Amino acid sequence: MSGIPHDHYEPKTKPEQWLHRRLPVVGLLYDTLMIPTPKNLNWMWIWGIVLVFCLVLQIVTGIILVMHYTPHVDHAFDSVEHIMRNVNAGWAIRYAHQNGASLFFIAVYFHIFRGLFYGSYKAPREITWIIGMLIYLLMMATAFMGYVLPWGQMSFWGATVITGLFGAIPFIGEALQTWLLGGPAVDNATLNRFFSLHYLLPFVIAGLVVVHIWAFHTTGNNNPTGVEVRRGSKEEAEKDTLPFWPYFVIKDLFALAVILAVFWAIVGFMPNYLGHPDNYIEANPLATPAHIVPEWYFLPFYAILRAFDGDVWIVMLSSWLTGGIVDAKFFGVIAMFGAIVVMALAPWLDTSRVRSGRYRPMFRWAFYVLIVDFVVLTWVGALPAEGIYPYIALVGSAYWFAYFLIILPLLGVIEKPLPQPATIEEDFNAAHPEAGETPKKAGASVPSPAE
Amino acid sequence: MRPLKTLLLAATAAVGLTAAAPMAHAAGAPAAIEDFDFPFEGPLGTYDRDQLQRGLQVYTEICSACHGLRLVAFRTLADPGGPSYSEDEMRAYAETFEIYDAEIDDWRPATPTDHYPGSLLENAPDLSLMAKARAGFSGPYGTGINQLVQGIGGPEYIASLLIGYVETPECGLDADLDGAYNKYFTAGAIPDSCKDEDGNSLVDGSWIAMGQPLWGDDVFYADETEATIEQQAEDVAAFLMWAAEPKLAARKQAGLTGVGLLALLAVMLYLTNKQLWAPIKHRQRPDDE
Repeated sequence: MSGIPHDHYEPKTKPEQWLHRRLPVVGLLYDTLMIPTPKNLNWMWIWGIVLVFCLVLQIVTGIILVMHYTPHVDHAFDSVEHIMRNVNAGWAIRYAHQNGASLFFIAVYFHIFRGLFYGSYKAPREITWIIGMLIYLLMMATAFMGYVLPWGQMSFWGATVITGLFGAIPFIGEALQTWLLGGPAVDNATLNRFFSLHYLLPFVIAGLVVVHIWAFHTTGNNNPTGVEVRRGSKEEAEKDTLPFWPYFVIKDLFALAVILAVFWAIVGFMPNYLGHPDNYIEANPLATPAHIVPEWYFLPFYAILRAFDGDVWIVMLSSWLTGGIVDAKFFGVIAMFGAIVVMALAPWLDTSRVRSGRYRPMFRWAFYVLIVDFVVLTWVGALPAEGIYPYIALVGSAYWFAYFLIILPLLGVIEKPLPQPATIEEDFNAAHPEAGETPKKAGASVPSPAE
Repeated sequence: MRPLKTLLLAATAAVGLTAAAPMAHAAGAPAAIEDFDFPFEGPLGTYDRDQLQRGLQVYTEICSACHGLRLVAFRTLADPGGPSYSEDEMRAYAETFEIYDAEIDDWRPATPTDHYPGSLLENAPDLSLMAKARAGFSGPYGTGINQLVQGIGGPEYIASLLIGYVETPECGLDADLDGAYNKYFTAGAIPDSCKDEDGNSLVDGSWIAMGQPLWGDDVFYADETEATIEQQAEDVAAFLMWAAEPKLAARKQAGLTGVGLLALLAVMLYLTNKQLWAPIKHRQRPDDE
């Protein structure tokens, strides 16, 4: 499957040969597991396995929860409490599922920003990146609909606010919103279709994950240097790579165990820390909560949505130019979805020929600011839109768009990249010097400490 | 927005961010919630059986006159980790409640599998999940830091609320509002005489429909604990925490076991990984040996 030359599966026994001629499934698994992997991958390359684990965790716990859950406005809230109180270990399964969503998003954000820093989105890995963005969108849709199912106050009002975004689309918005909700307001029909889709979408995600893995197994992994694996011969490739099993499987499993220890501590000791207390109040269409806040993983984009109110000149301009069709509400919706679209377009917006941020001195700073920006947007998204906060959100949103639309295209032209190592082997050997050798960074001479 | 106003707002926020000064809110800001030391706080804390039994007594004799506990089954009162009554005590207690049974179209004494009745008053909320639904004041800017570090959560809010019936502030003495002044309750009404010209409240808390429920010595504790307002408030808050999270002890136990096992697994995988990579990092092919 991989373009990197390596040993392929050879059926040796008779039954293996019999099977292989008819269905080469063992060969497929062997090649997938033994894929040559750049040996200099660092600890930011562990999130893929964490994400696969999260998907399995959510599907398994979800299937068990469905056995006890009732998707009906009169019973949903009580059936969740039934799970928490009467089902054996129901509290554990429910808390694991609830916090599993948070782990999923923490991992996906690390994974995405890893890709953004090391240029994993660049040719020839654009398809991997685009599939990844689709998975991320589906994750958000799935998590949002899952949050509605317990039918608490935040479930109900979150659903009302988010589906209201579609109502902001000119001309067709209202009809679209009614169609999505299955009625004029969030009600039993909404709950039922969200339940149905919440069960369906994870399997679509699973399918896309297979394509995602297939895509990067075809191009080979990126790595911290961004330098490609040598493919001239098997011997050459072997100097740059190690088989995925056992070297990276064991490494990833170690990281997974550490992360799960933290995850389980949250489930065991503070399972409601990341949730909103209002969701322990049953949904009441007649009582609006003081502040409607989405789950934490939506907050950066929620901040962008709210940042563009009617006082911002670009909103006023677009409203004036379109004769009021693109009003503040619709502009916010465009901005929110646009924030994800510009990220998905990164492979074509980034003009630099150097992949890894390690060798891009100016890019590095722009990237660090983007990380801070993301954290600030998350924080400000949780706060009421009053006082200074809308201004912070506006500056943060502006930087998000500027990073992808201005900085990335521009840096490729004005930046002078640092020298890159010639091979992955050189980078690896520089990081792990033999005894007696002076440690040095590949491509750049670093003064050795005085002895 | 005008530049000057923007600048002022920025300055205010800067002060607010660094000094965590309280920002003005349209609704009444709550007084700082009291930080009670509940035995169930922290990673190893569990419910105190005696406290839960005292709290149940306060709930039964005072709160249940108006409030309900419709998600709690009587049988769970005999579960380990909770008030842990004996089977007989629990049955006898359940029988003191009358339940409407649709099958016989009549009222009958409750059995262990029945739940507590719901609220009797329209505006008295059910208390089953109140301790978890009121955990939302958890630190500056909603960061949840207090909840994390000090264990401040819903039970603290409930206990604070119950001792929060302090003297009505002077500005509200002539106000024609239903209910009583409570310095921890923020969701209620505030008379105009207690607001400044911008509509910001000048007092902590607001007016709550529930009259002061605890006055001291409202119940007689079987274990002869003195039934002060604070004691009763703390006890019933602990009981309501149990009602909201009956599996807390099992959860923390599982948390401890799970974290321990995962830490052990992590150590073993770390050593395996180190050994696996050693020849690669020191550049000896295994077959060189």
